[in-house]
Amino acid sequence: MSDSTIQSASLDVPVRSRFRLDNRYIAPLFITFILLVGHLFYGILESYERTALAIVAAIVTELVLGRIFYSKWLNLSSAYISGISVGILLRSPAFWPYALASVLSIMSKYVLRVKGRHLWNPSNFGICVLLFLAPETVASLSVQWGNFKWPLIVIWVLGTIIIYRAKRIHISATYVASFFAFAFLRSWITGDPVQAEFAPITGPMYQLFVFFMITDPKTTVKSKKWQCIVVFFVAFVEMLLRLNQVVHAPLYALFLVGPTAMLIEIFLESRRKVAVAT
Amino acid sequence: MRGKTARIILLIIFVALIATPLVLKRLSRNRATAKTDPSSSLSRYGFYLQEVSQTANVNFKHEAPTLDHRLDHIMPQVASMGAAVSVVDFNRDGWSDLYVTNSGEGSKNALFKNNHDGSFTDVAADLGIADVNQPGTGVSMGSVWGDYDNDGYEDLFLYKWGRPELYHNDAGQEFSRVTEKAGLPAWVNANTAVWFDYDRDGRLDLFLGGYYAEDIDLWHLKNTKMMPESFEYAKNGGRKYLFHNLGDGAFEEISQKAGIDTRRWALAATVADLRGTGNQDLFIANDYGISELYFNDGKQFREVGKDTGVGFSPKSGMSASVGDILNQGRYSIYVSNISEEGVLIQGNNLWVPSEGSGGDAIKYENLARAMDVEIGGWSFGAQFGDLNNDGTLDLYLVNGYVSADRNLNYWYDFSKIAGGNSTIISDAAHWPAMDGRSLSGYQQKKVWLNDGAGKFVDVAQAVGASDVFDGRAVALVDLWNRGVLDVVVANQRGPLLIYKNNVAQENKWIDFELEGASSNRSAIGAEVKVFWGGREQVQHVSGGSGFCSQNQRRLHFGLGKNPQIDRAEIRWPSGKIDKIDKPTVDQVYKVKESA
Repeated sequence: MSDSTIQSASLDVPVRSRFRLDNRYIAPLFITFILLVGHLFYGILESYERTALAIVAAIVTELVLGRIFYSKWLNLSSAYISGISVGILLRSPAFWPYALASVLSIMSKYVLRVKGRHLWNPSNFGICVLLFLAPETVASLSVQWGNFKWPLIVIWVLGTIIIYRAKRIHISATYVASFFAFAFLRSWITGDPVQAEFAPITGPMYQLFVFFMITDPKTTVKSKKWQCIVVFFVAFVEMLLRLNQVVHAPLYALFLVGPTAMLIEIFLESRRKVAVAT
Repeated sequence: MRGKTARIILLIIFVALIATPLVLKRLSRNRATAKTDPSSSLSRYGFYLQEVSQTANVNFKHEAPTLDHRLDHIMPQVASMGAAVSVVDFNRDGWSDLYVTNSGEGSKNALFKNNHDGSFTDVAADLGIADVNQPGTGVSMGSVWGDYDNDGYEDLFLYKWGRPELYHNDAGQEFSRVTEKAGLPAWVNANTAVWFDYDRDGRLDLFLGGYYAEDIDLWHLKNTKMMPESFEYAKNGGRKYLFHNLGDGAFEEISQKAGIDTRRWALAATVADLRGTGNQDLFIANDYGISELYFNDGKQFREVGKDTGVGFSPKSGMSASVGDILNQGRYSIYVSNISEEGVLIQGNNLWVPSEGSGGDAIKYENLARAMDVEIGGWSFGAQFGDLNNDGTLDLYLVNGYVSADRNLNYWYDFSKIAGGNSTIISDAAHWPAMDGRSLSGYQQKKVWLNDGAGKFVDVAQAVGASDVFDGRAVALVDLWNRGVLDVVVANQRGPLLIYKNNVAQENKWIDFELEGASSNRSAIGAEVKVFWGGREQVQHVSGGSGFCSQNQRRLHFGLGKNPQIDRAEIRWPSGKIDKIDKPTVDQVYKVKESA
């Protein structure tokens, strides 16, 4: 699950594949489903226009930059996910932050690259920049979507199935387990009710965070073991930020830990290549 | 080479885009004006405010209630309302008086009688409407005045977290408690009420909006699951009441029959004829959810919030007021919400009727951002009024939730729990302790001056509205009969402030004091349209607006310099229309509904 990956579908079983959904469309479909459920049941969006603006800005940026730098029209599923993530996760009464966050998200894939790999999850980057630089205009999604349990259960179950199918369930599971462990620890340290520490993960922001952001194949390290370790550190840094009363702790934690892990991996890989070459 | 150049250009654009929020912030900074001296304010903005409560002999400090001890850890934010002010001329001497609520158990409300010399005397105890917060009866949240029996004297409806009370005004000499005769419910945790004649039968009816559910006694909780079930989608608040005036001192509760059936957390309601039908439509600003708009078809209401656009995006509605801000003869609706930098940016709403829409098909657009009245902190009461008599309605907004330790902030914990599932957020026991921390405390007020061209400018600091108390209710009233609007602010756990308004003399005005005949005698719901110099402005007599407040009954129109008034049209709730041709400026017109 990713908002930056461009995956190719498996074509080894041609007959069956006609009836199977291409993997790269599962994520956009699922996030669209979340959006529709959220909005139709609870009116989660600031407005249709703002979310549409975020999506269009991401898609146009991807089209233009893909054309310039790769001389082709790229598959737009990743840009669509980035745009829709910005449209859902960002909360602002203004229009411009939606466009700017989406454009920055996509541009970050082209600008912030090391050894051919981009470092930040695109929408995480775009949203964090806005949260950090425009706090008077922008906040993140931090409230519940209504009080109905079933839509939430459906989203969690579907998300789990899809993430399992994408072979990235270990990342989400590690993060969720770590979050709960650290929630207990935070409660013990601060004396606050443990329910208060659990509260954030029951919100929709975490659904998107757990299923889309931290599992992004393009901005996670390669080995399964290290993916789990990295995401554990995301939860750990989030805890440190939470103990310092940072409101957007999970987004900032991923912003800090994700690229650091990527850089370490790139550095180790290049050293390995040098060693092999010599 | 081409690729390298493209990458450099992309990098430059990328950096420029990242810098964009900082540039925008710099550009928008200081739209709010800095502190200045009175003479500069007068020449630049046409008015300045002077806080005169002490010299006016008004020494009133609001006390908050102490609720069930199981709420001790979050008491400052639960016991965070109750400071309210409403304007009334209770003794019909032609001078406005002030009724102010208190909320400590055993504390006294005050009725400040206007002595006509700039001073006031608290006569509430003498008249029997002071000692209304006795333990076991709940505490005051606000009041609205209306002449429900058309005897010429304004009666007092007091809403509480507790037992609502109706007091009959006995010719301005004393007040008689008539709650039982009126048939009011035993307990309502209410934060809003409005007098209006919904069926235009010439008798005032009463809307009462519950906040907490009415089966909750906040001093004796059955359990701690009394908080909202969601921060933006809560429907476990108090029920609503519509009391139909039967004319014999009794009221019949008809909300469900009339189509008003909601359990959202109402914090403010106001009423106006939004469609030009003659019927008074009802707008409810709800905390923890969307606003609701009820079109009144005469006997029946229907909720049209989503259809009209005002009930779409859930926020934290705190105040509702209407005003013809564009001088188009149409009302816009202002709803205050919560904005806290870096945490929650709801933005206040200014619902302006869309161009070309009207009648039942009226649509509203939120122009708060476009008109620069969007960000007001943790906003509470807001009222429209022409503060500098320039002919356009300005907006006064008070704010600030809990001002405790200046260096400690509860927002992180608040945002943490606010995002929780209903089983978590709805239980007060799950909320982290406040421990003396502030929550949007010490906020600067907003005095938004309407430039008449679609923009407002905050001049609060420049004109002297410099207090940082936790403002709740604000009422606009000409306290000294000078043809200007003074400002009265009720602060939670703080003093009642009276800002005397000093307005540039060259700006003219006209006032209307209406008395109904076949319409209700308070003339609540009557509209006056003034036409001058190619402009028109409509105002109406309100039975309650803003947050827990009621402005003066007299309608005040600023007219600017050298105005020539063409005419004034008065449309009474009965449907009758009276006209005054070429009225003179700087006059109070006392108009009785024609037979």
